[in-house]
Amino acid sequence: MADVLVAAEHRRGDLRDVTYEAIAAGRELADARGGDLHVAVVGGDVDGFAEELNREGVDAIHAVDDGEEFDHNAYQAAVSTLADRVDAGAVVLPNSVNGLDYAPALAEALGVPIVTDAVGFDYDDGLTVTREMYGSKVETTVDVAGDRFVLTVRGGEWPPAEGVGDATVETAEVDLPESGARVTGFEEVGGGDVDIADADVLVSVGRGIEEEENLELVEELADALGATLSASRPIVDNGWLPKNRQVGQSGKVVTPDVYIAVGISGAVQHVAGMKGSDTIIAINTDPNAPIFDIADYGIVGDLFDVVPELIDEFA
Amino acid sequence: MKVLVTVKEVAEADDDFAIEGTEIVDSDLEYDLNEWDDYAVEAAVQLAEAGIADEVVTVTVGPERADETIRMALAKGADRAVRVWDEALEGSFADVASKVDLFEAVVDEEEPDLVLGGVQAADTGFGATGVALAERIGFEHAAVVNRLDVDADEGIAHVHRELEGGVEELTDVDLPAVLTVQTGLNEPRYASLRGIRQAQRKEIAAKDLDDLGLTAADVESALTITEMYEPESESDAEIIEGDAGESAGRLAEVLRDKGVGA
Repeated sequence: MADVLVAAEHRRGDLRDVTYEAIAAGRELADARGGDLHVAVVGGDVDGFAEELNREGVDAIHAVDDGEEFDHNAYQAAVSTLADRVDAGAVVLPNSVNGLDYAPALAEALGVPIVTDAVGFDYDDGLTVTREMYGSKVETTVDVAGDRFVLTVRGGEWPPAEGVGDATVETAEVDLPESGARVTGFEEVGGGDVDIADADVLVSVGRGIEEEENLELVEELADALGATLSASRPIVDNGWLPKNRQVGQSGKVVTPDVYIAVGISGAVQHVAGMKGSDTIIAINTDPNAPIFDIADYGIVGDLFDVVPELIDEFA
Repeated sequence: MKVLVTVKEVAEADDDFAIEGTEIVDSDLEYDLNEWDDYAVEAAVQLAEAGIADEVVTVTVGPERADETIRMALAKGADRAVRVWDEALEGSFADVASKVDLFEAVVDEEEPDLVLGGVQAADTGFGATGVALAERIGFEHAAVVNRLDVDADEGIAHVHRELEGGVEELTDVDLPAVLTVQTGLNEPRYASLRGIRQAQRKEIAAKDLDDLGLTAADVESALTITEMYEPESESDAEIIEGDAGESAGRLAEVLRDKGVGA
């Protein structure tokens, strides 16, 4: 019951980093509950993956043979069967696109509560999860009734598990269902004329630009600075700039020398794509915008006042 | 086919807001149709326009105040609406299973072939209800769909799922299914004046727990919010002061120091 089960995530032959972060969170939880840490890996090169997953703190690895790619029905069946078999009361999964494609169904099938997108937790008599609400404007603590649950953890919040452990490895036999959802392929998006990941200087524009015709202003700034233009998600969703200009979790991860965020609030999905930039400059009207938390320089002001002045400086 | 769209009225906090206890003060909140659900409504209406959907019904869990938001979805082309609320839901932080109880009861009545909803609600950001609902009602599902092509004859939804890092997964999903819709799937329309007028005559059926054959015990939440606070700023940014001209001047110095635009 005290044991914790983490399920690995892999795509196109590679384990994803969020797996090792979930293992770190799982170890922390297992210590607090006085239990062992189990890691399940479903599909792909399970033997190779099992070796890589043997990091410090992992007690047991359960490898379940399946197809090459993610199938939420197989993952759900494997993880719920293993949770029952090893009597793991807590399941910890990455709060990733694929994690959210089966974690809620898993919790429903197990008949336990789910809390998603944890940025931290305490475990004393029970689980208390720290998570954000209202677009990162507030943090909340959420108490979970009972000692069985599914928890998904946000990427980048736990340092990835490292080192080499001494986990037992077993090939687990699990009956997997015929799936009604079949992956037929992958498509890379965001190719095209420009690779924003190659740029040394990015001028990046967000919702604060308000109207498509106002984009000219930031284009002019990018020209004046010899920079490349990129954008946050809403600009691309609106079709104002192509997908290959999108910075963030679902777009490109960029690490330029200088990143100038113009009218971008700094939602976590955006920050995940640019926090590695050497110097981050933010121009935003809202002094509480999370972009200022990671900026090196900030101007609290209206971009429509500041940007024209800045263009003049370089004219 | 019949399409059920889950629609939530979400609260957005003003730039300046106060917290009382474990809630943001109501006067500092603005209520609106959840952005992700707007794309789900559009997808459903497009299916109706393409002759694939015969009827589009929205379902909302929320108090009477939500009717205004529901009317927006009706004005955009949904045929009618169901709104579920009950005293027992007031003041508690509903967990996923409770919401699924309510939606399951509505699905039992409506018998849709396809359920669409947003990936997540902008306020609580759980991103879990749709996939949990699918499990409960025995539907197939796909989360974070950013392209949708429904083949009613084949009984398959061909979807793209938006994964991290600019990769989309192409998946065939058997119907009936629950799909959670990502922003950018389509271009949500603005309600026309004619649509807004028509929406006034469309039905919003209000249902409480009793109407759905549920009791307060069914929707007891396993989750309690115990604290709410503004996160401490970790900022060590140099905030450049002055009017627009002065701050732009100082920023230009910083940029030139770093060899930008030099």
